[in-house]
Amino acid sequence: MSSTTILAARHSAVTESSGVRRLLITAALLFLLMFLLLPLISVFFEALRNGVHTYVDALTEPDAVAAIKLTLLASGIAVPLNLVFGVAAAWAVAKFEFRGKALLVTLIDLPFSVSPVVSGLIYVLMFGASGWAAGWMADTNIQIIFALPGIVLATIFVTFPFVARELIPLMQEQGTDDEQAALSLGASGWQTFWYITLPNVRWGLLYGVLLCNARAMGEFGAVSVVSGHIRGETNTMPLHVEILYNEYNFAAAFAMASVLASLALLTLGLKTLLEARHGDSLAKGQKH
Amino acid sequence: MRLKPKSALPGFHLALGYTLIYLSLIVLIPLAGVFLKTAELGWQEIIDILRSERVLSALSLSFGTALIAAALNAFFGTLVAWVFVRYDFPGKRLFDAMIDLPFALPTAVAGIALTALYAGNGWVGQWLEPLGIKIAFTPVGIIIALLFIGLPFVVRTVEPVMRDLEKELEEAAASLGASRWQTIRLVLLPSLLPSLLTGFALAFARGVGEYGSVIFIAGNLPYVSEIAPLLIVIRLEEFDYAGATTVAAAMLVLAFVMLLVINGLQAWSNRHKVRHQALAQPIQAGGAL
Repeated sequence: MSSTTILAARHSAVTESSGVRRLLITAALLFLLMFLLLPLISVFFEALRNGVHTYVDALTEPDAVAAIKLTLLASGIAVPLNLVFGVAAAWAVAKFEFRGKALLVTLIDLPFSVSPVVSGLIYVLMFGASGWAAGWMADTNIQIIFALPGIVLATIFVTFPFVARELIPLMQEQGTDDEQAALSLGASGWQTFWYITLPNVRWGLLYGVLLCNARAMGEFGAVSVVSGHIRGETNTMPLHVEILYNEYNFAAAFAMASVLASLALLTLGLKTLLEARHGDSLAKGQKH
Repeated sequence: MRLKPKSALPGFHLALGYTLIYLSLIVLIPLAGVFLKTAELGWQEIIDILRSERVLSALSLSFGTALIAAALNAFFGTLVAWVFVRYDFPGKRLFDAMIDLPFALPTAVAGIALTALYAGNGWVGQWLEPLGIKIAFTPVGIIIALLFIGLPFVVRTVEPVMRDLEKELEEAAASLGASRWQTIRLVLLPSLLPSLLTGFALAFARGVGEYGSVIFIAGNLPYVSEIAPLLIVIRLEEFDYAGATTVAAAMLVLAFVMLLVINGLQAWSNRHKVRHQALAQPIQAGGAL
């Protein structure tokens, strides 16, 4: 046997024949086409089916504008709160040793395992008309369910782990050497945090915020339970999509859906860019 | 010695205190409320609610469709990961980025898009309907939605493990006379199994609780295509808090069990990786077995 035939034999023993390879690639891409690409394309197709004019009208009518504003407001409150929490949790978990740490990390991830509907229900049980805090709310005249606070709470819950679960492994990898050097040179605790820790984790933080924000703006189930669906008042963008769809106003529903889909594409683009440019400064194995 | 330098940093009590308070207020206390509310009912009532035909069929529909979708995703997700890791083809980077679409796309958008596609007059549905295959507004539609939602869980769990597989093991198997199929079955699959099961469990856990993408395509017929999360919403709208919380508590118990299973699988997967690498090292060092 000549050396080339040995090489060829060795090669074919650790990969598949070109026919099999082509078959597998075709099957995988066909699957992705049917279940990922076509749905995405159809959103934009259905949105523009009745022309650009209908499309623009659907997005500029008052209820649609109110929905967009509410979504921006709710995620504008929820994301920063979870950002601060994520940084605090990561600081405690990654920089210190204490008992019950593994349990704490599991509890932080807990909201991801809870059905969105249940995530909304828990706040209805607390703050609803017959909830635990009903008496207190009647006294103080504060409304939480069917109002902005409930929507914000539900949004915080479903996006709770995003920043923390990105920062914890990243800060664990980085250790405490940089911080200790700063402290030994006379920096205060806050200075160390602002000038050493935060710059070290900035790309990971951005990555976490990006995913957190995408989910916050797109959350449907949890927000649907607490919102009350008051048009122009407590409807977020995803809820507005549902209402229009149920009214058979498909073009308008898909127009609003296309805005959300564009947001998703933007998120994916930025995420891919972050992974390509700053992959070394992101937590390993945290790709979602 | 490791404990001492770590505690040299300030802010431990502030950070941990804030973490625990925020976690308790947002997550733990509200979740505990579900169990407290359910416990007010007493066992007989809880059992009666859970054994009512409508609740049973909703729960078994949610479990069944999530199970089927997760199994299909385990197969197709592994196929997709394999194709991405081992082969080159045009548009690979674009498709790779698209895998995460279900994580980024709001579930309601996915729901109406899949419905439009798979309804009788949709791009895909119009080809299937003459064959007598109805997807939208049947339990099959639920599986389609859960396929979409669960795919990235499998791909993103299996892919990194597949990438780290030591090619030397396959070469060793081949040089010892194994056919390609034997190598895949006896060498590759056992190494992938822990991550494959983790991906399956993640997809299943997500599928059982999924709401937004399912309700549009399901048809929502009681006893036929009504999923458990939707039944919770319906009970709430009827102000039947007992009914809503009991179903919610049942789903939470399942979620906790799944969380334990997933944590166990991940620990197994990590141990497996270490063992696998230890096994591969002498081959790399020695060149041959």
